[in-house]
Amino acid sequence: MNALTQNERNALTRAVLELDVNNHAGVMSHVVGLFSRRAYNVEGILVMPVGNGEKSRIWLMVNEDQRLPQMIKQVEKLEDVLAVRRHGADHAVFERLEEFFRA
Amino acid sequence: MSASTPASTETQPETLSGAEIVVRLLERQGITTVAGIPGGAILPFYDALAKAGTIHHVLARHEQGAGFMAQGMARATGKPAVCLASSGPGATNLLTAIADAKLDSIPIVAITGQVPKAMIGTDAFQEVDTYGLTIPITKHNFLVSSAEELLEVIPRAFTIAASGRPGPVLVDIPKDVQTQRIEVKEWPAPGLPEPAPAFDSAAIEQAVAMIEAAEQPILYLGGGVVHSGAAELAVALAEKASLPTVMTLMALGAMPVDHPLSLGMLGMHGARCTNLALDECDLLIAVGARFDDRATGKVAAFCPGAKIIHIDIDPSELDKIKAAHLGITGDVSEVLQALLPKVQPTLRKRWLSHVAGLKAAHPLQTPGIDDPRTHYGLISAVAAALNDEATISTDVGQHQMWVSQAYPLRRPRQWLTSGGLGTMGFGVPAAIGAALAEPQRTVVCFSGDGSILMNIQELVTAAEEGANVKIVLMNNATLGLVHQQQTLFYGERIYASKFKAMPDFIKVAEGFGIRAVDLDKAEQPRAALADALNTPGPCLIHASIDMHEKVYPMVPPGASNKEMIGG
Repeated sequence: MNALTQNERNALTRAVLELDVNNHAGVMSHVVGLFSRRAYNVEGILVMPVGNGEKSRIWLMVNEDQRLPQMIKQVEKLEDVLAVRRHGADHAVFERLEEFFRA
Repeated sequence: MSASTPASTETQPETLSGAEIVVRLLERQGITTVAGIPGGAILPFYDALAKAGTIHHVLARHEQGAGFMAQGMARATGKPAVCLASSGPGATNLLTAIADAKLDSIPIVAITGQVPKAMIGTDAFQEVDTYGLTIPITKHNFLVSSAEELLEVIPRAFTIAASGRPGPVLVDIPKDVQTQRIEVKEWPAPGLPEPAPAFDSAAIEQAVAMIEAAEQPILYLGGGVVHSGAAELAVALAEKASLPTVMTLMALGAMPVDHPLSLGMLGMHGARCTNLALDECDLLIAVGARFDDRATGKVAAFCPGAKIIHIDIDPSELDKIKAAHLGITGDVSEVLQALLPKVQPTLRKRWLSHVAGLKAAHPLQTPGIDDPRTHYGLISAVAAALNDEATISTDVGQHQMWVSQAYPLRRPRQWLTSGGLGTMGFGVPAAIGAALAEPQRTVVCFSGDGSILMNIQELVTAAEEGANVKIVLMNNATLGLVHQQQTLFYGERIYASKFKAMPDFIKVAEGFGIRAVDLDKAEQPRAALADALNTPGPCLIHASIDMHEKVYPMVPPGASNKEMIGG
């Protein structure tokens, strides 16, 4: 599905999405399903519960693409998604993780 | 959540099973008819339905039929309707009807049985991942894990189905949740549609300015106008601002087709005058429409010189296909209500007379319309035998397009058709659902020899229910639209679209227990038709159609709407 080379991938601009969601078993499927059905690759995913565990936060790293605004609107429509915030690719949440992802 | 809902009802504490709770919640929701098929994993719920005896259960003969019956009820009334299926194949058989409801924004609540919680994930008998399968085809779905949760989930399912842009919701209930007994002290309020989000009132002023500045505007109505109950407002706006009006397949009936401002359906099988007028417009006011490819043709060439005002309750529809100069997210009734008093009455003499000229020069061609033995003539003869109170459903194919072109639809919710998904097999069960929801009406289902066989088993359901459904079967012994495309675009290589064996549909109908009339053999087809349509109860009316007849005009797939063939 992702036929890009490593170099091409690095050249793409990235965006980081921060989602506040209800914490239950189906939420991840709902979110990633929206991307996979459009063959829109999600490059990175992080999820942890927040507060008392009723809510979770999902961090997605995705490639900038002309479809991204439409993707964000679709994600916002999901019942269990409470808020979506968009950040630049340099957001600390993924940068600090890089040491765990060396080839 | 339920504890503080204002309209919730405190009650003497009762110990009830999950199944009994669901029945009680459906009753409180005002549900009086459901369609479904029982099976092992949903039997506790059926037992509770039987004991309560308050809800009429329509026993479909295939779960897809049950799904489309619920759709028929919902499309005819605008209120969420319920279908039921057991786990495994019961649930998978529902999928097409659910997907169809998603694409046409129809509020249904599908309740499925699931294997007991402890057996989920073990490949138990009749276990399938119903929740996973329905994620992409529902507005929302639930896998319920306790009887307590039902008190929240069932009303919520109805709220979600009916709020904003309507759609299907699925509730999957494991068998042990159905049998789990809990004490209920308080009943939640029934799930009602949430108020629409407020829209930007500054945008209304902008829209007014754009409408006033336009010289050649067109109003483009979609299914959202019907869903929102905005048809009258849309007609009033068209009249006040002199707006020639086009409708999508889903919006037919919103403006009476013989209204002087109506240009009928746009797009792939719209009249030439309709698509030509759109090509010239300088302002397109899209209301509850989604710029579907069958409506727009090649998007880049759709209304090339037009500014666009796009009004829709679903924010993700704005700028999805075509960027709007002005996008307004809101309920189309509310937005039109705000817009209407601010728009100055305008008479656009030059534009209206130009459009009238286009209509005169390039009208819809309906050859044979006076002869009831032709496709257009048959449709016209059916209409002549009925009034506007009749409800019209269709299956999918040539017959559907001919009816959309030639039937004089004049009432919102008069027209039930599978638009987005284009599901053959939709027509008969949807008609049964509509007839059950509104028994005072005659419901006509136009079908084809291909489509009808895809849910033919529901004829016996129609017989059992005595549903006032008249099936007009236009039989050309082919998969007509496939035959047409192979003829026009595949070098006349007709393959797999001509039926070699043809059932005797008269015997088939009679075998299922419903009356049947063969117009081919009637000496006076008009009289035979009127008699069949006006005799209460289900009836199949068979008429042969020439397989070489085509739906014209036609925009070839991928072409711009200006490049119509035929007609």
